[in-house]
Amino acid sequence: MLKILKYSFYDLIRSRWTYSYGGFYLLFTLSLLWLSNDLSKVVISLMNVVLLLCPLIATMFGVMYYYNSREFTELLLAQPVRRTSIFLGQYLGVAGSLSASWIIGVGVPFALYGVFGSEQAGNFAMLLFVGVVLSFVFSAMAFFIALKNENRIKGFGLAILAWLFFAVIYDGLLLLSLSLLTEYPLEKFSLIASMLNPIDLSRILILLKLDVSALMGFTGAVFRKFLGTGLGMGVAFAVLGLWVVGPVMGIRRVAGRKDF
Amino acid sequence: MFRWILISTLMLAGQAVLLANTFRVCKTCPASSVREAIRQARPCDTIFVETGIYKEGNILIDKELTLIGNGRPVLDGEGKTEIVTIAANHVHFEGFVIKNVGTSYSEDRAGIRVKEASDFYVKNCRVENAFFGIYLQKSKNGIIEGNEVVGEAKDEVSSGNAIHLWYCNNVLIINNKTIGHRDGIYLEFVNFSTVQGNFSERNVRYGLHFMFSNDDIYRGNTFYNNGAGVAVMYSKRIGMFANEFKNNWGPAAYGLLLKEIHDGQIEGNTFQENTVGIFAETSNRIVYSKNQFIQNGWALKISGGCQMNNLTNNNFIGNSFDLAVHSAGTDNKFDGNFWSDYAGYDLDHNGIGDVPHRPMKLFSYVVSKTPESLVLLRSLFVDILNFSEKVSPIFTPENVVDNQPLLKTVDSQRWTVDNDTAPVHPLSSTVNR
Repeated sequence: MLKILKYSFYDLIRSRWTYSYGGFYLLFTLSLLWLSNDLSKVVISLMNVVLLLCPLIATMFGVMYYYNSREFTELLLAQPVRRTSIFLGQYLGVAGSLSASWIIGVGVPFALYGVFGSEQAGNFAMLLFVGVVLSFVFSAMAFFIALKNENRIKGFGLAILAWLFFAVIYDGLLLLSLSLLTEYPLEKFSLIASMLNPIDLSRILILLKLDVSALMGFTGAVFRKFLGTGLGMGVAFAVLGLWVVGPVMGIRRVAGRKDF
Repeated sequence: MFRWILISTLMLAGQAVLLANTFRVCKTCPASSVREAIRQARPCDTIFVETGIYKEGNILIDKELTLIGNGRPVLDGEGKTEIVTIAANHVHFEGFVIKNVGTSYSEDRAGIRVKEASDFYVKNCRVENAFFGIYLQKSKNGIIEGNEVVGEAKDEVSSGNAIHLWYCNNVLIINNKTIGHRDGIYLEFVNFSTVQGNFSERNVRYGLHFMFSNDDIYRGNTFYNNGAGVAVMYSKRIGMFANEFKNNWGPAAYGLLLKEIHDGQIEGNTFQENTVGIFAETSNRIVYSKNQFIQNGWALKISGGCQMNNLTNNNFIGNSFDLAVHSAGTDNKFDGNFWSDYAGYDLDHNGIGDVPHRPMKLFSYVVSKTPESLVLLRSLFVDILNFSEKVSPIFTPENVVDNQPLLKTVDSQRWTVDNDTAPVHPLSSTVNR
């Protein structure tokens, strides 16, 4: 598995998609920092980007990579290598290279502007962490969908739909249910509901780190109280972890049974 | 007959002035304590207190005296009593440091209390570690100037107000610093008074607090990092000019809280980085003009029962929410402001946008209905929602609209304290008496 991981990783690291992805973050972060020079504001702007772009790119990349390397995969399948290690290796390669682009693209400019040692270091670490987790979650989801669907168009469509669901539709449904159930105490409900969506959870984790969270009033206070405790943070990270582990288990299961 | 009495009284008074003595208080002087000097003094005398620490418990000034501290003498209450009580008219009290008034849960102990007096003048004193700093009760026609009241309040229950006025008339509170108390300046049943050029910081409740006080003006004050900047409650005809409300940030913090305020005027103030710039509740006929709302969470929150308010010539720059109006159907006006997220155009170049602006975003409307939906703050869905509502408004209240949005910011440099158009308090000319 490590060999395949290494191979996929190096293969991707050399591809110009990865370069352009990393380069985009580099340019974007640099220009933001250059324009505003205020680390905390840049963290906020980047938050909007990471929540939108990281999942989207990870989804697209995951699906694309699986379909493109299909012939190579078939070749590998003919060798005495375990199936799970082939697919997990490929998946980890994709997720790893995406995360590397993200960390380098955002990390280098911030390091140049001296984020380490400043009071924004914690927020910045959270931002990086969230980007990495989202890359892992959504590329796993993409791989799982691609494995399930032979038809490329269908696979692409489903993957985009999955992204759309978590990025937009889920929030819409949440808002709808909140406004329908407005007679009831909703703090716990909204807490649990937003925990279940990796994008929402990431957004709230970052928001609570920033002082914008004061805007969230009573609900924000409930969140802060919960996530401020060791238990709450533990639960949040566990949920994010589950979001990685779940699709990966799916990949294993499907890969084990699939007839190539 | 009466005339004769009057004239002879006046002559006596004049004589008294001419015969006024001065006393010195120091360790080696004939009068070694402030109390002793006050006992010896006659009305209209002046007492100079030299540098030193005077631990004399409560000092009662019951005569028409002038007390001046030379080199900041310290009056120390050792945490046991109220320190200075002014209970006579025409008292001038200047240049002391007053320390260590103990917290009491049964009486409102103060560093300096002015009790049923008129024409008092408390100047350049520093009150440290006091329960109440300067406490005025049933007094009138006085000036509180240039004092510093510094405390270390932890919570509302165990702390008093820095400058506290109760049943007062025509008082001028000018250029004081109030730090670390419950309220910086508290006015209850206080009429025709002016609060000007003060600085309030780190007070646990409000920087300035009005209760049941009418016809007052506060201007040119700075409120920084208090529990909430200013609360104006149950008062009429309050003028609020050229104040700064900054950094009142927290889940329950406001720059300015208005509750049952009628006929007020809010002009030329700056609201910057507050969770809520102004929160108005049942406040009618208020004119908001030439204010700056910069980078607040909510610039202006108008809840139910606010009618006939007029919002014009204000700048709204970079707020998360510019406006949240809870109740529709009231005749508030929002015309002629600058909104930084206005996206219209101006074909005839008259400086007024041709397309009306709706300052209330859909999300801010949704949040006012279901506060829990704030968990979706800054999510992509909300941006899409706001955008679609902007294109074709359906939900946001019909009448919350600026029909003449400005394309350029309103120049606010002119709106400082020196500005001639802001009403001047009758007493402010007597400050340098």
